Amino acid sequence: MQKISREQLIDKAVSLLSNNTVEAVLGWKKGEFDYDVTPALFTSADKLAAEFVWDDFCGANFSKYLVKHTKKAEGKILVFLKPCDTYSFNQLLTEHRFDRDKVYAVGIPCDGMVDIDKIKTLCGEGIVAVDCTGDTLRVNTLYDDEKAINKEDVLAERCLHCKSKKHVAYDELLGEDGEVLASNRFDEIEKLEAMTPDERFAFWQNELSRCIRCNACRDVCPACTCEKCVFANPDSGVENKAAANSFEEKMFHIIRAFHVAGRCTDCGECSRVCPQNIPLHLLNRKFIKDINTFYGEYQAGAEVGSRAPLVDYTTEDVEPGEVFDRGDQDA
Amino acid sequence: MQRIGVFVCWCGSNIAGTVDVQAVAEALKTEPGVVFSANYQYMCSQAGQNMIKDAIIEHKLTGIVVCSCSPRMHEATFRKTAESAGLNPYMVEIANIREQCSWVHKDMAVGTEKAIILGKAAIAKVNLNTPLTPGETPVTKRALVIGGGIAGIQTALDIADAGFPVDIVEKKPTIGGKMAQLDKTFPTLDCAACILTPKMVDVAQHENVRIFSYSEVEEVGGFVGNFDVKIRKHARYVKEDICTGCGACVEKCPMKKNPNEFNLGMDNRPAVYIPFAQAVPKVATIDPNSCNMLKKGKCGLCAKICTAGAIDYTQQDEVIEEKYGAIVVATGFNPISMEKFDEFAYNQSKDVITSLEFERLTNAAGPSAGKLIRPSDGKHPHTIVFVQCVGSRCEACAQKGKEYCSKICCMYTAKHAMLTRDKYPDTEVYVFYIDVRTPGKNFDEFYRRAVEEYGVHYIKGMVGKVTPEGDKLKVQASDLLLNKQLHIDADLVVLAAAIEPDQSARPLATMLTASMDTNDFFTEAHPKLRPVESPTAGVFLSGACQGPKDIPETVSQAGAAASKVIGLLAKDKLKGNPCVASSNELMCNGCSSCERVCPYGAISYEDKEFRMPDRTTAIRRVAVVNPAVCQGCGACTVACPSGAMDLRGFASGQIMAEVDAICK
Repeated sequence: MQKISREQLIDKAVSLLSNNTVEAVLGWKKGEFDYDVTPALFTSADKLAAEFVWDDFCGANFSKYLVKHTKKAEGKILVFLKPCDTYSFNQLLTEHRFDRDKVYAVGIPCDGMVDIDKIKTLCGEGIVAVDCTGDTLRVNTLYDDEKAINKEDVLAERCLHCKSKKHVAYDELLGEDGEVLASNRFDEIEKLEAMTPDERFAFWQNELSRCIRCNACRDVCPACTCEKCVFANPDSGVENKAAANSFEEKMFHIIRAFHVAGRCTDCGECSRVCPQNIPLHLLNRKFIKDINTFYGEYQAGAEVGSRAPLVDYTTEDVEPGEVFDRGDQDA
Repeated sequence: MQRIGVFVCWCGSNIAGTVDVQAVAEALKTEPGVVFSANYQYMCSQAGQNMIKDAIIEHKLTGIVVCSCSPRMHEATFRKTAESAGLNPYMVEIANIREQCSWVHKDMAVGTEKAIILGKAAIAKVNLNTPLTPGETPVTKRALVIGGGIAGIQTALDIADAGFPVDIVEKKPTIGGKMAQLDKTFPTLDCAACILTPKMVDVAQHENVRIFSYSEVEEVGGFVGNFDVKIRKHARYVKEDICTGCGACVEKCPMKKNPNEFNLGMDNRPAVYIPFAQAVPKVATIDPNSCNMLKKGKCGLCAKICTAGAIDYTQQDEVIEEKYGAIVVATGFNPISMEKFDEFAYNQSKDVITSLEFERLTNAAGPSAGKLIRPSDGKHPHTIVFVQCVGSRCEACAQKGKEYCSKICCMYTAKHAMLTRDKYPDTEVYVFYIDVRTPGKNFDEFYRRAVEEYGVHYIKGMVGKVTPEGDKLKVQASDLLLNKQLHIDADLVVLAAAIEPDQSARPLATMLTASMDTNDFFTEAHPKLRPVESPTAGVFLSGACQGPKDIPETVSQAGAAASKVIGLLAKDKLKGNPCVASSNELMCNGCSSCERVCPYGAISYEDKEFRMPDRTTAIRRVAVVNPAVCQGCGACTVACPSGAMDLRGFASGQIMAEVDAICK
């Protein structure tokens, strides 16, 4: 259950549409099932009333959609941003990827989103409906009676390790703003670091070998907004549409992790959309942890225009030799 | 398709000794694009170059690969060769089969295999090379000399005499540097002040020279011919143009007990001071850390006494911005700290001093007016022990000392010993040494005189421990030639401390993007052939900032650096480097990553209109590189997430082709 109601969001959207503050609304709508909520652009109050969804499945981060929609729009787009989405929003502004003047950002509180796979593990396949309006989630399947499950048990990994309930960007805020949280999100990385190189290689081999190169991680990633992706560019030398072997499986994800290093806000969209449930966010989170270690705490997107450590030089920067030595110890 | 010629050099036996050059030339013949392949004893010789020129014309070559030494050595040579035969110079690639191959391998088979691979890589690259044309930039005809010691003074004088304006930036209140602190100079024993101070006056009065004393370089931008420099002139709280240097304020200042830096803290100076009588500029400076007026707002005596009205307690730091065509680094050296050398009791006894302190003690303008006394009790020392190589050639004690030889200590110690015996024949003088190194004109003769005529006791061996006991210093040492332990009761112990580059050198090197060695000495562009140039174009090296040096060597290097600067400033325009970055606008995201990493500020952004694939127009923010400012470092190409930024002549595709050729 979310503290802020669907109706409150629709009221806000309708009032901004009707007074011509915005010309369209970026929101969520129902997909094939209750749980595969998808992003949609609404231009009328009727559509909003009929299709707009706000529940525990509205994980999609809309920041990236602004790159495309602001280019097409004449006026402003209303976007609903959960706290973690606002970091991507700022990061994209830092990179000049959309026109801030064409956006009306409404910050909304978030009480955590659920992971459908965790629900499936508890309730089995054949889910026909999930009601998340109450304190517990009530799940109906084809085979069983309604089951009640605790939200905490099915919370998405990124929400379990939520880094911030505070909005770092908005024009207007609905509900109350929260605080930046002391997240334990790096615990998982420490587990990976504790492995031997062989164990770690085996871990990633196992995970990445499932990749089907659907590119969903890249397509959803708010840091991946290149005019032309290197993987789609024949001149880049790494053009690659399908992995030919196990080396290329890893190459794609590792190159992608490098490309978003220092710009990834750890929004976790890559892992959310992965149809093969590969924990891709761990690659990026390892980079974030290393950047924090070497250059001091840095959160991409915390503010617009921040000088990211990887594209900034100060005389206090760690000597490359120290980084190299650290790498040696890890290996 | 390119028509490539391959030229394999023997470099006498340098390459041919461990690489089968014939086999390399044969193997590379069948590489894609290669239409001609040959080998020759010395490719860089006139005959070798003619062979290349003839082949270019005869075989209509569109690109050449020379398998020879490092491109740093002869790339320019072969580019000129190609150009004179009508080939674009950037169609030349060098495969380094000497430094990176023949010199590091002993086995012929291994060396040959590697040479072939390196050749293949260069061929793969030249297949993708395109002709490049350098642009031209104007030269700002003004030089900056950083450091106002003898090196900086000499460089500035020579440049100024050639007719170019020069600015000297000196962080101390006066120019003169270390030489101004010395008493006599080896091997002729001229008085340092007598030969230095006239030069200081010359440089100060030269119409082409400006001196920024008590100033530091804060920021350096731009590139060869067009440096933009910010100089911070620290507030000295005295108006430089009004102060007459009469010294009345110095006499009257009540805050007299501040360690005198010029005499290395062996006596005191007031809060307002002139470092020494011949200081240039001869103006007073107020030390804000000890002046009562500046600290507590009480006193103001100097302002009252100053008839010229030069005192200004409200003075602020001033930042001067100036353009320069060339920059000379002359930041000099300092003796290393003796703090860590407990065995010599430097911290425990006032009578254990460094050689530079000894220099001040024997100087007529020094704290004892030139009388050699023990700093502890003012008595005349009868037994003096000099210890050489304190912290020099110190492999085992890298934590506190230096691995290198400080070069000047042998000679100044001989000078100190000789002068002591000359002036005070009743003094016993011992010198402990590892080796005595005296290569230099009249140097060995000088040292022999100290031993033979003046009876200085030179003992091969090191001092193990110095212990203060009563008013004596117990010196425990070993005599390696007699193989016995020595115990000497000394009155004074003089340590020949190793020298190290000035602390300001490293941050300066960062600002200048000039390289340094592990000891923080500036690196020269070539240790033999370009000893006064830094690898960064337009940055030159003068004096001890490049390595330990005595005065004659420093002055010759200063002159050499000046002549390089004059050569540069005499040109009206400089040919740029065409290997610069450029952005593919169709792929550029306008994300600013490249602009943020660019150390030269060469990248800006423009909003440009583009026809999109769906036949609409869109305005997109794209990066634009200023080729005159870009130095081709390639940082932007790495930072660019979309691969829109690439380097001409070193495109990612070319590098990948080389790597592929090596890995095949």
